[in-house]
Amino acid sequence: MPEWQDEGIILSVRGHGETGGVVSLLTRAHGRAMGYIYGATSSRMRGVLEPGNLVSVLWQAKSSDQLGNFTPELEKSAAADVMDDPLKLTAMQSACVLADKTLPERENHPGVFEGTKALMASFATDIWAATYIYWEIGLLRELGFGLDLSKCAATGAVDNLIYVSPKSGCAVSAAAGEIYKERLLALPAFLRGAGEFGDADILEGLKLTGHFLRHRVFALSNSDLPESRLRLEEKFRG
Amino acid sequence: MIGAEIEHLIKLLARLPGYGPRSARRAALHLLKNRESLMRPMSQALTVAADVIVACPQCHNLDTSSPCSVCSNPARDGSQICVVEDISDLWAVEKTGAYRGYYHVLGGTLSALDGITPDDLSIPHLVARAGDSAVREVIVALSATIDGQTTAHYLSEALRAAGVTVTQLAHGVPIGGQIDYMDDGTLSTALKSRKAV
Repeated sequence: MPEWQDEGIILSVRGHGETGGVVSLLTRAHGRAMGYIYGATSSRMRGVLEPGNLVSVLWQAKSSDQLGNFTPELEKSAAADVMDDPLKLTAMQSACVLADKTLPERENHPGVFEGTKALMASFATDIWAATYIYWEIGLLRELGFGLDLSKCAATGAVDNLIYVSPKSGCAVSAAAGEIYKERLLALPAFLRGAGEFGDADILEGLKLTGHFLRHRVFALSNSDLPESRLRLEEKFRG
Repeated sequence: MIGAEIEHLIKLLARLPGYGPRSARRAALHLLKNRESLMRPMSQALTVAADVIVACPQCHNLDTSSPCSVCSNPARDGSQICVVEDISDLWAVEKTGAYRGYYHVLGGTLSALDGITPDDLSIPHLVARAGDSAVREVIVALSATIDGQTTAHYLSEALRAAGVTVTQLAHGVPIGGQIDYMDDGTLSTALKSRKAV
């Protein structure tokens, strides 16, 4: 009987039957994995199965191609830490929904797991919003749509990069982008290595990653960004 | 061989929450064995309920009168509206006897996964009700889940223009709860919400 033990972050829970639920987990060594949990709607289990929570999980099935069952044990409750803050709550929801909707099942993405774990930990700090943007850039890279922000796509210059091409996802310098600036996306300073950032920079970052998520990832399924991702951008817009 | 009528009854019973084909068969047999004492009164009660129970146009509660008995009770405190997710939550709060204001049933919570947006819930109606000059406080009594709290934050923003105080139920140690059996999320929330004794 195939089984594995791993660490995972709860991405979503869908009720199945009266008391069970099908849970989607982002695991360290098994990618996005799904499994059935008996009694998922019980009062004991509901607190464990909140999106964002870190769990230690045992997956078991009769054969490897089956859905299988999870036996989870709570390691860190991220959900409780962000519930009082609407911005952090929306960001956490957005990250969980984006990972759940974009990552293929049973394909290992250890980078996304570690990044998501770091993002959850960052909610206790002041740099969580910038971490969130870096997390989305990392997700895009894992999905095959990486941004190249290291040098200018037109001239190869590495200085004064203030734009990103919406087509290639490469940085563009101020000089090369001057005549196209209306059509280019802004590259916020914190993504160029500047230490400080404000809400306006985060909004530029969300617009940047949102453009590529919308046009490169969600356009493939003819859908828009998830509601929580749209709401996050809306909140930073003020 | 099971007759078509019994089969139909079993199929209908199997659609009830918590019932599968096997438990529906047991229930059908129990009803048939207790035809006069249970089946006929239940049938009449179902017919009456289907005919007379309506949704309250004000709070979306279910009752035989419209507006419902809560909304039409002038003795209740008109300065408070308690927002709940479902009618079962309204009944749970009402059962405590600790609340004497009015209610508003949202019909669910915002859900990123299921794509439930503010337009799918009775939020615009709540905002309109909160705009009434008599309303001073809106108590958000939603689940302590991600979706519940997202909805609570959304409501607090949506109700800002109405100029009412928005409060929400406290989260923490349940009555009879033992500290060493509690999950760390509940415990950390309880610590954050501690009060002087």
